[in-house]
Amino acid sequence: MSTTMSEQQGKPSASFGGMQARSAQTINEPRIAIQNLDFFYGANKALKQIKLDLPERQVTGMIGPSGCGKSTLLRVLNRMYDLYPGQHATGEAMMDGMNIISPSVDLNELRARIGMVFQKPTPFPMTVYDNIAFGVKLHEKLSRAAMDERVEWSLTRAALWGEVKDRLQSSAMGLSGGQQQRLCIARTIAVRPEVILFDEPTSALDPISTLKVEELIDELKHDFTIAIVTHNMQQAARCADQVAFFYLGEMVEVAPAAQLFTAPKERRTQEYITGRFG
Amino acid sequence: MSATTFAGSPGAVKNEDVARALGRRRHRVNLIVKILCVTATVIGLALLASILFTLLWRGLGGFSLTVFTTMTKAPGSGGGLLNAIVGTLIQTAIGTAVGTPIGLMVGTYLAEYSRGSTISNVVRFVSDVLLSAPSILIGLFIYQLMVEPLGGFSGIAGSLALAVIVIPIVVRTTEDMLRLIPVSLREAAIGLGAPKWKVITLICYRAAKDGIVTGVLLAVARIAGETAPLLFTSLGNSSAIGGLGTPMASLPVTIYQYAGSAFDDWVQLAWVAALLITVGVLAINIVARFALRGGK
Repeated sequence: MSTTMSEQQGKPSASFGGMQARSAQTINEPRIAIQNLDFFYGANKALKQIKLDLPERQVTGMIGPSGCGKSTLLRVLNRMYDLYPGQHATGEAMMDGMNIISPSVDLNELRARIGMVFQKPTPFPMTVYDNIAFGVKLHEKLSRAAMDERVEWSLTRAALWGEVKDRLQSSAMGLSGGQQQRLCIARTIAVRPEVILFDEPTSALDPISTLKVEELIDELKHDFTIAIVTHNMQQAARCADQVAFFYLGEMVEVAPAAQLFTAPKERRTQEYITGRFG
Repeated sequence: MSATTFAGSPGAVKNEDVARALGRRRHRVNLIVKILCVTATVIGLALLASILFTLLWRGLGGFSLTVFTTMTKAPGSGGGLLNAIVGTLIQTAIGTAVGTPIGLMVGTYLAEYSRGSTISNVVRFVSDVLLSAPSILIGLFIYQLMVEPLGGFSGIAGSLALAVIVIPIVVRTTEDMLRLIPVSLREAAIGLGAPKWKVITLICYRAAKDGIVTGVLLAVARIAGETAPLLFTSLGNSSAIGGLGTPMASLPVTIYQYAGSAFDDWVQLAWVAALLITVGVLAINIVARFALRGGK
């Protein structure tokens, strides 16, 4: 499948151990630049001196065994850890000259610019329309017609419009798992963020829905900077332009996807992708 | 199945006669426990059924239009229960209207704003103690607070006593229902940029709506039949409906006055009043159940 995609895009593809990896021609300028980032759960240091750039309008994949800190890093970027006392971060995550970690950042505005899609689909207990409108209403005042248009736009970009256009006023809880996750994606993009963080978005979905979401991500990266955490190395190989490998709270290596999966520099990376552990 | 040994495992060889005897004993014990459970259920249901049956048998006989249109009067004058019915409706309504918002806010505070802190543990403990406090104490408390200083019994004092009973019930159910909401739902709302109060009012309340409403209805059912707190606060009114500033009649207090009296028509009215309370509470529960289901 990914051979076809890269053929369509005219990019050469590399393969390693049966995984097809796309190769980005260039890695763009960073949208978010992370430097010297430490993260603590209480006294426990979960992230150690992370340095990573998220390039503009490209997909950064984050892989690594369970507990290595990749989801933690994602949740630092939209300050989700603020909800929990005892969790704090030091260091820098710079976006447009502003440090995301600093306490002076307006959290609601930050989360309007950096959206997140979670592992478990979480539709709100409302109609499909209201689910999408919820986020938009938090930040913008739109007329009824403009809101209708935004809802249609988000659902179309999330590849869900055809399936729900006749049931916008029915409860979102009645959708299937794959549809609910695409609804969550539509809800996130309706706010028109600049960055979208995906935290294992397909691990709770069946293979067909997984495929649809991956195709979606490939589409979305034309307009949004994307970071995706995944347990599935093949998914990282398929979707990401650059991949970062994490282990025990450290970022071991980051490279363009094809390079990481065919010629990794670090021994630990090599051992992980060949399945020696993880 | 012949006796088998697991090579190397400790203990005696498995004896199938012993196994069979143990099996029979297991079945016997199972049967005995089942019989005990069924018996207990039958006893419980029989008690409930007999209460309902007695209420219907004794109460239906006294049902008539006069019950709903005439005030309570002296025995033998053909009185009804109008002032008691209206008094109960008013005091229950005000008690619920005052107690529910307070209980809702305290329950929200406990679930959303102060998990695990000392003050929240104290508040929760006090609320639970109040939940099981004898309602006569609450009546005495309001008596000291309102009746004595103001120099008279009043409907508003009765309503406030009922409100005090409503509060801990709503606190407990609100907190429990809000705690049931998965963290992932809250995080999804926060991830979109919603401030905390909007997450609570627009998402959490909506998700916990059914449970919270059930809690409020439980509270209504409880206070509709409370007698002791009203004895010290609104006292009862034998001639008129009364107002919030004057003694007000209510069904439970009327039952208290009439049931033990020597007059047949009063005793009959007491049964009718008891039946009215029961049917009213049952109706609230059924209507709410259907209303909630329809809203899904």
